[in-house]
Amino acid sequence: MTHRATPGQTVGPFFGYALPYPGDNHLVPPGSPGAVRLHGAVRDGEGNPVPDALIEIWQPGPDGAVVRSAGSLRRDGFTFTGWGRASTDAAGHYSLSTLRPGGEVPFFAVTVFARGLLDRLFTRAYLPGADLGAFPADRRDTLRAREESTGYRFDIRLQGEGETVFLRFPGHRAD
Amino acid sequence: MPTPSSDAPTTTQRQISDEITAFGNARRGTDLAQPALDYTPYRSSILRHPTQDPHPADPEGAELWAPCFGHQDVDPLEADLTIQHSGEPIGERMVVTGRVTDGDGRPVPHQLVEIWQANASGRYIHQRDQHPAPIDPNFTGVGRCLTDAEGTYRFTTIRPGPYPWRNHRNAWRPAHIHFSLFGTDFTQRRITQMYFPGDPLFAYDPIYQSITDPADGALLVAHYDHDVTTPGWSTGYRWDIVLTGTHRTRFEPDEEGEA
Repeated sequence: MTHRATPGQTVGPFFGYALPYPGDNHLVPPGSPGAVRLHGAVRDGEGNPVPDALIEIWQPGPDGAVVRSAGSLRRDGFTFTGWGRASTDAAGHYSLSTLRPGGEVPFFAVTVFARGLLDRLFTRAYLPGADLGAFPADRRDTLRAREESTGYRFDIRLQGEGETVFLRFPGHRAD
Repeated sequence: MPTPSSDAPTTTQRQISDEITAFGNARRGTDLAQPALDYTPYRSSILRHPTQDPHPADPEGAELWAPCFGHQDVDPLEADLTIQHSGEPIGERMVVTGRVTDGDGRPVPHQLVEIWQANASGRYIHQRDQHPAPIDPNFTGVGRCLTDAEGTYRFTTIRPGPYPWRNHRNAWRPAHIHFSLFGTDFTQRRITQMYFPGDPLFAYDPIYQSITDPADGALLVAHYDHDVTTPGWSTGYRWDIVLTGTHRTRFEPDEEGEA
């Protein structure tokens, strides 16, 4: 039988002293072999930066295998855990240092939290060239990370023009 | 009494309460997601909720799994928020415990739970909190633990106070503890708030009321449990948390991962 899920609530304005921790956004040390940057801006319905958002990513390693290693909260500099967390700055910008995800159609799984956002949002940052035929043609580009010399840029628009495609997984109720 | 600053919000509680009632009536009898993301009585949501329906997707690859956390991540002492400084924090000492289970009732074992909260006066350590209530030098209000093999988490802390905020004139949040939760797969990620039974502020609070179905709202309220108390030391509350169902099958190997 399926039990009724405990509802979500906004992360609120005061998570900044609680959820971030040293090294949260460095899944691998910046500049280490294979390190890529995943970064972008979070914007609201008027295109203004969201300075109090929290982004989390979860990804396989470059070989495409699911990572089963602990240690994200106290990184040892050598173990890739596949999971990281980044707060946005005053310009609504987040940045992570990580490895390129592998797999058939590689993507970073992304969770978005913010003050004003009553529940988390899920999305994906696909690597360039992924076949996104399953997503609406006029919006699928919002799921693509853009290649840069140091890695990838993935902007998130919560509302309005260029609104990011967010995902609903089975078991999540419809809005 | 302090004078409200010139940019004090002008919307009254009565206006917000009317909006809360109207929104709740419009959604009554539906089985829509809780909370409502487009819940305008919570003013900060207005420009921050998606207007397009979320795209249905089946979890793939890593999404069928959750990140692993282990004993190298969390010190057991982080579960006691009353011992982080040289002195005892002020307020009602309490234990908060419960089980994290998935939608099928299976425990979520050995997984990370993070909490944060205001102190007994309703003041957060966060620099953005300008509420003129005292900071408690012996209370930070941040804790972590791992669930045990049965999915049970347990914290010792101080009962937080309610506090005013600027959603509308004289807006007050009911006392609450923020909870951050992971499941056994990525799609179960959840951040929510735990409340206390019988709080008179529930009816006035647009964040609590954004859960428009009272049966769902009740799931966020802990209950007092005398069996959870510590004799001569602390009161006790129990709050069980149900995540959405998992997408892996029950018989898949390595269900809990090798941390």
